[in-house]
Amino acid sequence: MQENKMPKVQVRGLTKQFGDLLVLNNISFDVHAGEFLCIVGPTGCGKTTFLNSLTKLYQPTAGEILLDGEPVDLKKHNIAYIFQEYSTMPWLTVEENVGFGLDIKGVEKEKTKALVDEYLDIVGLTKYRRYYPEQLSASMLQRVVIARAFATQPDLLLMDEPYGQLDIQLRYHLEDELISLWQRTGTTVLFITHNIEEAVYMGERILVLTNKPTGIKKAIDNNLPRPRDIASPDFVKLRNEVTDLIKWW
Amino acid sequence: MERAEGNVKSAPAVLECRNVGRSFDSYDGGGKNEVLRGMDFEVHENEFLVLFGAGQCGKTTLLNILAGLDMPTEGQVLTRGKKVTGPAPERGVVYQKTSLFPWMTVEENVGFGPKVRHMPENERKARIKKYLELVGLTGFEKSYPSQLSGGMRQRVGIARAYANQPDIMLLDEPFGHLDAQTRYMMEEELQRIWQKEKRTVVFVTNNIEEALFLADRIILLTNCPTHIKEEYIIDMPHPRDYVDPEFLRLRQLITDNMDLTL
Repeated sequence: MQENKMPKVQVRGLTKQFGDLLVLNNISFDVHAGEFLCIVGPTGCGKTTFLNSLTKLYQPTAGEILLDGEPVDLKKHNIAYIFQEYSTMPWLTVEENVGFGLDIKGVEKEKTKALVDEYLDIVGLTKYRRYYPEQLSASMLQRVVIARAFATQPDLLLMDEPYGQLDIQLRYHLEDELISLWQRTGTTVLFITHNIEEAVYMGERILVLTNKPTGIKKAIDNNLPRPRDIASPDFVKLRNEVTDLIKWW
Repeated sequence: MERAEGNVKSAPAVLECRNVGRSFDSYDGGGKNEVLRGMDFEVHENEFLVLFGAGQCGKTTLLNILAGLDMPTEGQVLTRGKKVTGPAPERGVVYQKTSLFPWMTVEENVGFGPKVRHMPENERKARIKKYLELVGLTGFEKSYPSQLSGGMRQRVGIARAYANQPDIMLLDEPFGHLDAQTRYMMEEELQRIWQKEKRTVVFVTNNIEEALFLADRIILLTNCPTHIKEEYIIDMPHPRDYVDPEFLRLRQLITDNMDLTL
């Protein structure tokens, strides 16, 4: 933990109400620069509202979100999102998809090209740069999305259950790829999932949410060495601890 | 891990899949796209069989053939020794995308099969009541599918399949669209339902935890052209524990044996 540095993200008293319905209840937490933070909560706990308020797609009812000590301003700060659905643009080639975020940010052509080249190489898609999304497999599409997000060199990368529907082997593979990309770039990642095992596998810290109105039940440090072994006693112990905090079924 | 030669095979075969192959005409003309090759296995009375394989490996094609919704280009499927030539009520199917009728209430959906087969109303009502109770939806008789959560809709789908009292239940990734936690709940529910009302079940999934939690036997499939790679008898007692060492050991063993497509 980097307690002495200023947190990358500070969430202070985040509250969201729809009419009389209180969905987010006074949520405060920090994300440290370069941290991989996993957020996990019971089904229907309001995680979408949480994410949408955090990114200011919804205006929060109360509270504030600071990035590097300043209120979040999407014109100034780079926030990248990765959703469960592969949100590639079907009319753009792989390289155009990867460069999309840079283009709209007005990054100069030369620099865009260099970044696109770099990240295509990192995710192993250089050979497929002129392909269209429909010509790619699910794992390749996921890599396009990852490369696009990292290419913008985001201040904060938000991932909403990106591997929810994948086969287990493919999921492991992409999770490991993401971890190595994160280690390489030092990006600050906020990773939301329903999958407790995935949260324990990925995160340096796990934020466990309560049921609605959503608050923070517990923050758990996760210092298990990497690569992590899902069958090791320490892993199972932590997985059980998180499960007990969430279990409703 | 031994090959399937144990106790399960001594029960009579309810369903036999004999050397089934399925090819489709390929898009680019001329060629054939071979999806299934030499699939040969049987399913025994009251067995819970899981067909397990990675995405796009032809699992749904196989299940459609078992259901009689599609015909193999090679080999044949037999139920109790009789060749399958089309869909029939003795084979109930539950799909990944809930295929409930949105304009019908829960009880109308569950009673649909018995109704089209002209079952007398009294009997039909009793049956609807029984199976809604079994899946834990008593009290939701008059609800419409759009008013239910994903997990509840799948319960209706299961009750509807049961209401035809099929000889065999075919389930095609029924929990594939649910989140990880709702999925655990539905796996426990299905196990409870099945223990209470045993049926011969063929269950298709790409989720290894789900396969191990439910199965008496797992058939591991290869990638296309799909054939049987390995068979595992799972004899852990129920209810199973997802983090039990033996559960995790089998999970690792089977996962390592899967084909990975990137």
